[in-house]
Amino acid sequence: MGSDDSYEFTDYSLDQEQLEYIEEVLDDDLIQAGVHSVLLIDMAGNIIAQKDNGHCDHDVYSLAALASANFAAVDTMAKIVGEEEFSLLFHKGENENIHFSKVHSEFLLITIFGKDVTLGLLRLKVNEVVEKIRGLWE
Amino acid sequence: MAFVNMKTKEVQAKIVFYGPGRGGKTTNLEYVYSKFRERIKTDMVSIKTHGDRTLFFDFLPFDIGKIMGYDVKIQLYTVPGQVKYNATRKLVLKGVDGMVFVADSQRDKREKNHESLKNLQENLAAYKKSIFKIPLVLQYNKRDLKETPLMPIEMMEKDLNKQLKAPSFPASAITGENVVPTLKKIISLTMASLQNVMK
Ligand SMILES: Nc1nc2c(ncn2[C@@H]2O[C@H](COP(=O)(O)OP(=O)(O)O)[C@@H](O)[C@H]2O)c(=O)[nH]1
Ligand SMILES: [Mg+2]
Repeated sequence: MGSDDSYEFTDYSLDQEQLEYIEEVLDDDLIQAGVHSVLLIDMAGNIIAQKDNGHCDHDVYSLAALASANFAAVDTMAKIVGEEEFSLLFHKGENENIHFSKVHSEFLLITIFGKDVTLGLLRLKVNEVVEKIRGLWE
Repeated sequence: MAFVNMKTKEVQAKIVFYGPGRGGKTTNLEYVYSKFRERIKTDMVSIKTHGDRTLFFDFLPFDIGKIMGYDVKIQLYTVPGQVKYNATRKLVLKGVDGMVFVADSQRDKREKNHESLKNLQENLAAYKKSIFKIPLVLQYNKRDLKETPLMPIEMMEKDLNKQLKAPSFPASAITGENVVPTLKKIISLTMASLQNVMK
């Protein structure tokens, strides 16, 4: 398998540089844009990378477990009604909102943001981030 | 599909408790949660019905400290045991690294144990995983019951473990007997299977 400074899964791997790049992108493109907290997780519910604005104290492991399960459930519902997938997954709250975006078959990006970021801006930023992360495999 | 992060020196692995409905999977996690309360900083997450049956899963993150220089985080899950919930049960198996099969020792649950083990084998196969290869521990639960007739351990071994030859424990999730040994065993098997990536 890979070199000492890489981390691995059974299905694919990323090296340390790629991980640092991902963290940088999450920070620059999302946290700096006003997003409260962002998680990159895999479909098994493991956390790949995480960034927040320093004012969040979420239970990120539970969040990741629930998000991956929720995403998988919605994805299965899509298949049952004959859709390939439902593209927008978004939950709106009084103060906090949560947005899910599939990066590729194994990764999911979860963003938590408040009133100071519009859904339009968020989707734009998330799309940019997703493209950059996908670029790691191209 | 454990996640080994060489940068933060952290390992996340997923262990799933499987078995027939009402066999004691949730009770196992509740015992672990109460026993290691000081180590588990978050609440146990349970998605259940009004009747207190597991609807999707229970989730308990369990920080077991350092192994080979890695901070090891074990994510414990249970599946819903009821037959009708197979779609969600299958989703919980995604990326599983180790399994505990919780069998119900009551004599009238013999067939249910069988069905559930067979269902596990099928669901693992859907992820291209073999029940013979994945780290697996069997638990013969509810040994404390006095009112209802229980199957002898030898019978359960023969029924469920003849080919699997997995480590097994008679246990009581209610009293806690052999709950922690079951957990320790599956953690050590799971960690052993990850050794080639944790160097
Ligand atoms: N006597 C006894 N009852 C148990 C034991 N483990 C679970 N139970 C009971 O069996 C029922 C079902 O347990 P639960 O953990 O919800 O089963 P699950 O469907 O596998 O999650 C509950 O009423 C538990 O209190 C055990 O070891 N001994
Ligand atoms: Mg349960």
